[in-house]
Amino acid sequence: MNKIAKLFVTFISAITLALVSFTSSFAKVEGEYIVLGSAISLTGKYSSNGVHTQNGYNMAVDRINKMGGVEVQGKKYKFEIIYYDDESNPKRAAQLAERLIKQDGVHYMLGPYSSGLTKAIAPVTEKYKIPMVEANGASRSLFTKGYKYLFAVLSPANQYLEVAIDLAVEKNGGKGVKIAQAFEQDAFSQDVRLGILDAAKRTGSEIIIDDKLPKELNDMAATLAKVKAVKPDVLVVSGHTKGALTAIRQISEMKVDVPMLAMTHCDAAKLSKQHGKKSEFALCASQWHKNLSYKDKFFGSGKKYAKDFQKEFGYDPPYQSAESSAALLVFKDAFERANSFDRDAVRDALVDTEMQTFYGNIKFGPGGQNVAKPMILFQVRCKGDDCENRVVAPTKWASDKFYHPIPKWSERS
Amino acid sequence: MDFLIFKAPMLMVQASLDGILLGILFALIAYGMALQWGVMNIINIAQGDLVILGGYIAYTIYLWGIHPAWGVIISPILMFFVGWGLYKLVINKVVDRDLFISILATFGIAIVFQQLMNFIFGADVVVAQSEYGTTMLFDNSVTLPNSKIFSAFISVLYAIALVIYMKKSKLGRAIRATAQNARAAKILGVDTEKVYAATFGINAALCGIAGALISITLTLHPYVGLPYTVRSFMIVIVAGLGNLPAVAVSGMGLGLFEEFADYILGTEFRIGAVFLLLVLILVYRRFKLSKKREYLK
Repeated sequence: MNKIAKLFVTFISAITLALVSFTSSFAKVEGEYIVLGSAISLTGKYSSNGVHTQNGYNMAVDRINKMGGVEVQGKKYKFEIIYYDDESNPKRAAQLAERLIKQDGVHYMLGPYSSGLTKAIAPVTEKYKIPMVEANGASRSLFTKGYKYLFAVLSPANQYLEVAIDLAVEKNGGKGVKIAQAFEQDAFSQDVRLGILDAAKRTGSEIIIDDKLPKELNDMAATLAKVKAVKPDVLVVSGHTKGALTAIRQISEMKVDVPMLAMTHCDAAKLSKQHGKKSEFALCASQWHKNLSYKDKFFGSGKKYAKDFQKEFGYDPPYQSAESSAALLVFKDAFERANSFDRDAVRDALVDTEMQTFYGNIKFGPGGQNVAKPMILFQVRCKGDDCENRVVAPTKWASDKFYHPIPKWSERS
Repeated sequence: MDFLIFKAPMLMVQASLDGILLGILFALIAYGMALQWGVMNIINIAQGDLVILGGYIAYTIYLWGIHPAWGVIISPILMFFVGWGLYKLVINKVVDRDLFISILATFGIAIVFQQLMNFIFGADVVVAQSEYGTTMLFDNSVTLPNSKIFSAFISVLYAIALVIYMKKSKLGRAIRATAQNARAAKILGVDTEKVYAATFGINAALCGIAGALISITLTLHPYVGLPYTVRSFMIVIVAGLGNLPAVAVSGMGLGLFEEFADYILGTEFRIGAVFLLLVLILVYRRFKLSKKREYLK
C-alpha cells in the first residue's frame, strides 16, 4: 500500500512538473492575453502604497482591455497581470521575481512599490533580460547601474525638491539662501538630499543644518530646536510619511517659524487631512497632480482619471496610482510599435518611447529614468478647516500663487 | 556648527526638557517591563508592540470623535485584558522555561501583533490631535508642547498610583511575594497563576497608557514598536529590576543622553549612541541579570 502511494505521489508530481514546464514556455502570451507579472506589497509596511500601485495597474488594464486591447501583428490582445504579495520585503520580492519569470514564464514585468524593492528586483529582471516598466522606484541609484531592461515612468528622486530651492532663491532676489535640511537615512530620502546639494551648489546657497534622521526616529525635536536657533530661509524635510507627519506635528507644537517649508510624501501621508490647518503653507513635491493639462485617449485628462478612479476605488488617486496606470500605457505603446512579442524587440521599442499620457510626457533617458516630465510642487492651502493641495510650480500649471513667506505662528489663528 | 548647543544656552534648556519629558514616558514602559521581568523572569520583546496597540486604541476613540486623552483611561483597561488573554494563551506555557524560550515566544507575539495591527488599522502613519497648544518659556526661545507635559504628568501619576497599589493592596503584596520566591508564595497560599496573569495584564495596561500618550505626542505605525522595546529594555538593564526610582532616573537619563547625543554627535548617531551605551552597560554588568534573579522590593 505504502509503495503504491509513493509511486502515485511520484507520478503526480512528475505530471505537475511537466505541466508547469510546458505551460511556462507559452505563458508570456496565452491565447488572447499578454501576461505581465508583478511582485507587489499587499501586506507589510508598504501595503497601503502597494495597494495604490495595484489599483493603478488594474485600472489601466481594465481600461486598455475595454478600449480594444493591444494590437500586435493584426491581432488584438488583452493584458493580464499575475500578482504576488512580496510582504514589503526586498528578499521576498527578488524571489517572487524569479518565480514569475522561471515558473510562471512571465516575459514582461511591472515594478513593485518603493525604490528599495525595485532595487531588489532589477538585478533579477536584468539577468533574465525581462523588460520591466516600473512606476514607483525613484531612487537615482536605479538609473546609474547601466540597467538595460529597466524603465521608469517617474522622475528620479534627486529632482523632487530641487525646484523648491530654485523658488526660494527666486524669492530671495536671485541670491543664495540658507538651507536647513533633515533627511531620513534611506535610499530615497538620501537621493532627494543629493538633489538639494546640487541645487545649493548651483544657486550659491548655504546648507546650515544637515541632519540625517535614523529610520527608527519619530521625534525631530532636536533638529527643530536647532532650526529655531539658526533661522534658515528654507527648511527641507524628507522621511516618507512618518517624516512628513512628525515634522508638521512638531513644527506646529514647537512654533518653529521658517519662511518656507518643503517636504515629500505629503499626499501619501494625507497631511492636510491628518493635521488640517497646521499643515498649511507646506510645499510638497509630487510626481503628478490631477490638475495638470496632460492628455491621452485612454483616460482623457488627469481630472477625468481622478474622477474615474474615485468611482472605481472610492478614493482620490494618489500619484502612486496615476504613475502605475501610466506604466501600462507605456507597455501597450511599446508592444504595438515593436509589433512583436520578442523581448528584445519590446525592449528596443521601450527605449524609443516618446509619448504623452494623462500622467505626463514619457521619454526614457539612457539610465531608464523618465526625462520628459518635470516634478511639480504643490502647497497646502486652507479655507477654514478645509485644506487642499494647490499646484504652485512649475508656473505653466500653477493654479495658485506661491505663498511666501509663511506667516509666523504667532500671527496664525 | 557642530557644537551649536554650547553657543546657544537656551538650546541646552530645550534639550534637557525635551529629554526629561520623553524619558519619563519611556520610564513608564520600562517600569512595566521591569515588573513582569522581575515577577515572571520574562523579557517581553512584544513590549513595544503592546505600546503601539495601546496607541491605536486611543487613535480609534479619536476617530470616533472622543478626545484622545481619554485613551489614558480606556486603553489601559482594554490592554489589561489583552495582557491577561496573552498570558493564558501563550505566556503561561513558557513562564517556567529558560529566558531564551520566552524571548522567542514574545518575539513571535510581536510579529503577530504587528501584522494584525497592519491588517486592522492599515500601514499608514497616523497621529491623534490633542490640540493642547504650547507652553513658551524664556521669551519664546524654549517651546514645550503641552501634550508632552501632559504625557509626563500622566506617566508620573500612574507610576505613583501603581507603587501605592503594589505596597497596599492584597494583589500587590501577592505579586511582590511571588517575585521574591514563587514557590514559597505558592506554599503560603498565593495563587501564583493568577498573580502571573495579573502581572502581565498590569504590564500591558501600562503599555496601553504609554501608547495613548504616544498617539498624541509622536506618531503611530504598526511597525514602530521595536524601538520602544529596546529603550525600555535598556532602562531596565541600567536600573536593575527591583528599583523603581532607579527606573525613573534611568529613563530620564536615557532621554537626556539621546537629546544631547543628537546635538553633539549629530542626529544620525543618536540611536547608534543609545545602542553603544547599551552594549557598554551590558558588558559592564557582565550579564549579571541573567544569572542572579532580582526581585521587587
